[in-house]
Amino acid sequence: MFKKIINSINNKLSAVLLLIFSSKSFAAWDDLNMTEGVTAISKEVFDLHMLIYWICVVIGILVFGVMFYSMFAFTKKKNPTPSKFHENTKVELVWTIVPFLILVLMAVPASNTLTKIYDDTEGDINIQVIGYQWKWEYKYLDDKIGFFSNLTTDWDEIYNKTPKGEFYLEEVDEPVVIPVGKKIRFLITANDVIHSWWMPDFAIKQDAIPGFINTAWTIVDKPGTYRGKCTELCGKNHGFMPVVVKVVPQEEYDLWVISKKEEAFKMAELTQKEWSAEELIERGEGVYQKNCVACHQVNGQGIPPIFPALAGSDIVLNNKAKHIEILMEGVQGAAMQSFANQLSEVDMAAVITYTRRSWGNAEKGDGEIVTPKDIVEYKKPKV
Amino acid sequence: MSAVIESHDHEHHHGPAEGLTRWLYTTNHKDIGTLYLWFSFAMFLIGGAMAMVIRAELFQPGMQIVEPEFYNQMLTLHGLIMVFGAVMPAFVGLANWLIPMMVGAPDMALPRMNNLSFWILPFAFFILLSSLFMEGGAPNFGWTFYAPLSTTYAPPSVTFFIFSVHILGASSIMGAINVVVTIMNMRAPGMTLMKMPLFVWSWLITAYLLIAVMPVLAGAVTMMLMDIHFGTSFFNAAGGGDPVLFQHIFWFFGHPEVYIMILPAFGITSHIIETFSRKQLFGHTSMVWAMTSIAILSFVVWAHHMFTVGLPLAAELFFMWATMLIAVPTGVKVFNWVTTMFRGSITYETPMLFAIAFVVLFTIGGFSGLMLAITPADFQYHDTYFVVAHFHYVLVPGAIFSIMAAVYYWIPKWTGNMYDERLGRLHFWLSFIGVNVTFFPQHWIGLAGMPRRVPDYALQFADWNMVSSVGAFLFGASQILFLFIVIKTVMGGKKATPEVWEGSRGLEWTVDSPAPYHTFTTPPKVT
Repeated sequence: MFKKIINSINNKLSAVLLLIFSSKSFAAWDDLNMTEGVTAISKEVFDLHMLIYWICVVIGILVFGVMFYSMFAFTKKKNPTPSKFHENTKVELVWTIVPFLILVLMAVPASNTLTKIYDDTEGDINIQVIGYQWKWEYKYLDDKIGFFSNLTTDWDEIYNKTPKGEFYLEEVDEPVVIPVGKKIRFLITANDVIHSWWMPDFAIKQDAIPGFINTAWTIVDKPGTYRGKCTELCGKNHGFMPVVVKVVPQEEYDLWVISKKEEAFKMAELTQKEWSAEELIERGEGVYQKNCVACHQVNGQGIPPIFPALAGSDIVLNNKAKHIEILMEGVQGAAMQSFANQLSEVDMAAVITYTRRSWGNAEKGDGEIVTPKDIVEYKKPKV
Repeated sequence: MSAVIESHDHEHHHGPAEGLTRWLYTTNHKDIGTLYLWFSFAMFLIGGAMAMVIRAELFQPGMQIVEPEFYNQMLTLHGLIMVFGAVMPAFVGLANWLIPMMVGAPDMALPRMNNLSFWILPFAFFILLSSLFMEGGAPNFGWTFYAPLSTTYAPPSVTFFIFSVHILGASSIMGAINVVVTIMNMRAPGMTLMKMPLFVWSWLITAYLLIAVMPVLAGAVTMMLMDIHFGTSFFNAAGGGDPVLFQHIFWFFGHPEVYIMILPAFGITSHIIETFSRKQLFGHTSMVWAMTSIAILSFVVWAHHMFTVGLPLAAELFFMWATMLIAVPTGVKVFNWVTTMFRGSITYETPMLFAIAFVVLFTIGGFSGLMLAITPADFQYHDTYFVVAHFHYVLVPGAIFSIMAAVYYWIPKWTGNMYDERLGRLHFWLSFIGVNVTFFPQHWIGLAGMPRRVPDYALQFADWNMVSSVGAFLFGASQILFLFIVIKTVMGGKKATPEVWEGSRGLEWTVDSPAPYHTFTTPPKVT
C-alpha cells in the first residue's frame, strides 16, 4: 500500500522533473533503497535496515505528530495564555526508559547478524584481494592464479566525448569469477593507501589496509554478474576502480580456472619469442593506456610534481637500466608503485619500449628498445 | 588606558576606539564576538563556493568542470573550512557576545587571550587556502586525512595543512579555556550552576570537550609531520607502523568534535523555543543532564566511524551498543523541546522558524545516525552518500540553522535594529527548501550504492544527483540574501526595545538594545 503511494508520488514527481530536465526516464523505486542482495547475510542485513527504518518512521510520526499538532493548536491566536508547567519527573523517566527498551530490541537482532558475519574460518576457495591506486588484484590462493582488474570504461566516455555505455564506471577487464554454492573467503589488503572492497549484493564491505589482512566471506547461490566499488578515498581515481564479481556454475568455474592457467603458460611462450620494435610499441601502447595514463597522461606529460612527465624525461631518454628499475621496483615514498607483479615480462618490455619511442622521445634520446628477455635478465638473482 | 582619562571623560573611555586599531587591539568581548561572526560568515561563503564546485561537477555523470585531483582538493577544503572555519568560529563568536551578558559578567575572563585566539585564525586559513596555489595543489585527502594517503602519498602542501591545524587547535583551546574560566568565576551573585541559561551550559560542556580533544588532533598531525619529514613510521605499515592507529586517534578527536559542533546549537534552540512559545523551557535540569551524558558518551563511541577497518567482534558490539545509547539523551532533548511548545502560545518569527526546522531536520539526521549505528547495516551504508546525507542533516539544518536562528534572535540586541521580518522568512523558506532538496535525495543515492568522495558516478544515480545539485544552488544563492539582510540590519531598521521579544527571558534582555559597549560593570542580582 505504502509502496504504491510512494510509487505514484514518485511517478508524478518524475513526470514533472522530466519536463524540467528532459531526462530520459527517472530513477525507479529500486534505485532508491538498499539492495536485498543475493546471499543469506545480505538479506538479513536488508531486513535489519528495513526494521530500523520503520522504527524510526513510527517514532518520527509520533514525535512530529505532537509537534505539528502543537504548532497549529497552540499559536498565540488560539492560545493567548500559555500553560505554566515546566517539569514532570515521571514523564521524563518514561521517555528515557521507553527509548532505551526499543534500542535493546534493535540491538538483539543486530548483534546476532553481526556475529554470523564474523566467521573467519577457511573457505572452500580463498581469494586474496589487494587494492592498488587504482585497481584491484585478485590471487586465488588454492589454484595459484592471479590477475589485475582494471576499469574498462573509456576515458572518452568519462570526458563526455563518446556516449556512456550501460555499465559506465561499473565494468572491468577481468572480473573475479566464483562458483555458486561454495564458501568463498576473501583476504583483503592493500599495496599503497587504504582502499575498501564493497560488494553490495553480498553485503561485504571491508577496508583494504596496507600491512593488515581483513577477511570476509560469502556463499552465493544465484549466478550472475555483481557490481560494486571502492569505498575509501584513495587518491584521484578513487571513483574509477570498480569491483565486479561473476558468479558461475561449478563446471564453468572449473573451465575458467583451466583457461587461466593456460593463459599463463602461453605468456611464458611469448616471452621467449624474438620481438621487433614495432611489435613492442604496438603492444606497449595498449599496456600504457591501461596502466599508466591515469597518472602520466595520454601525452606523457604527467601532472607534475606528483606524477612526473615521461616525455623528455632524462631517465626515459637515456637511462634504460634505471627505467627498467623504476618500473620493477617502484619509487619509495612516491605514488609510483612496483609493476613487477602486475605486468608480464612481455608487457613490461613493451610499455617501456613504447614510452622510449613516443612523444618525440625517440628523436631526443637514445631510443633503445627493451625486450622481454631484458626483463627476464633483470629478474634473475644478482650475485 | 590611564585612569586620568577616565576621571576626565568617563563616557569616552567606555566607547570603542576609532578605526582599524579598534578591531586589531580590541579586548572587548562584543567586538571579538563580532569579528568571529564575520570571519565565520566569510569562511561559510568560501566553503560554500567549494560546495558549489562539487555539486556542479556532480550535476551530471562524466567529468565536466574540474579534474578529479582538483575535485578532491575541493571536497577536502570544503570540509575543513566548514568545520574549523565556519561552524566552530561562529559558535565561539556567539559565546563571546552572549556568555558574559548571560551570566552578568562585564567581559570574558581573559580578554587579551581572547584577542589572540581570534587573530591567529585568519593566518591559519590564509595558510590553508594558499595551498591551493602551491605546486601539487591543496590537501586532497578528505577532511579526515587518513594516513598513508595524507602522509606518504600526500602533496607537498600537507606540511602547511599541518601547521594550519596546529594554529586552529591553539585558537580553539584558548577560546575554550576562556569560556570555562569566565563561567566558573564571573557569574553574577545568585546565579548557581543549575540556574545558568542553557546556552551557557552547552558552551561549558563544549569547552571541556575542546580542551580534551584538540590536543589529540594536534598529536595526530604531529605524528604525520614526523612521518613525512623525520623518518618515523607511526602510520607507515612498511616501517612497522599502523595506518589504523591514525583512525583511532583521529576519531577519538573527531567524534567529540562532532558534538562540539552541535551542543551549542542545543543551547540556542532551547532559548528560542522557550521565547517564542512564551512558556518556560520544559525540563531545564534534564536538558543539562542530557547534554552532559551526550558529552561523556562521545568519548566512547569513536570506532563507529571505523566499523569496516576490521575490528574484532567484541569491539564492534561495544561500539554499536554505546552509539545506540546516544539516542536516549538526544531523544530526551527533542521530547523536551516538543513539550515546551505543547500548550504554549506560539508565534513564528524567523528565529522560531529556524529553530523548529532545526528540531525536525536534526531529528531526521539523528534517525539516520541510529541506522548507521547498527553495525551490519553500516557495512552497506558506510562511506556512501547515505553518510553524506546523515552528517549534512545534522550539520547544515542542524548546526548552521541554529547559528542563523541565533543571528536573527540576537541581532536586535547586537545592533539595536530589528531585521526585516519578511526578508528573514523568505531566507528561511529558501534555505529550508534548498537544504532538503539537496540532502534528502542523497539518502536514496547512498542506499542505492553511490560511494562518497567520487567525482563521477554510474548512470543510475544521475537523476537524483541533478536534483541534489539544483537544491544546492538554491541553498547557496539564498545565503547571499542572508548576507544582505544582516548588512541591512546593521545599517538601520526599526529600533529594538531592550526586551526585543515578548517572551524573552535572561539577563541579556535587561540591558539596552544595542547592548552598551560595556555591560554589567556592576554585577546584577539573580534571584
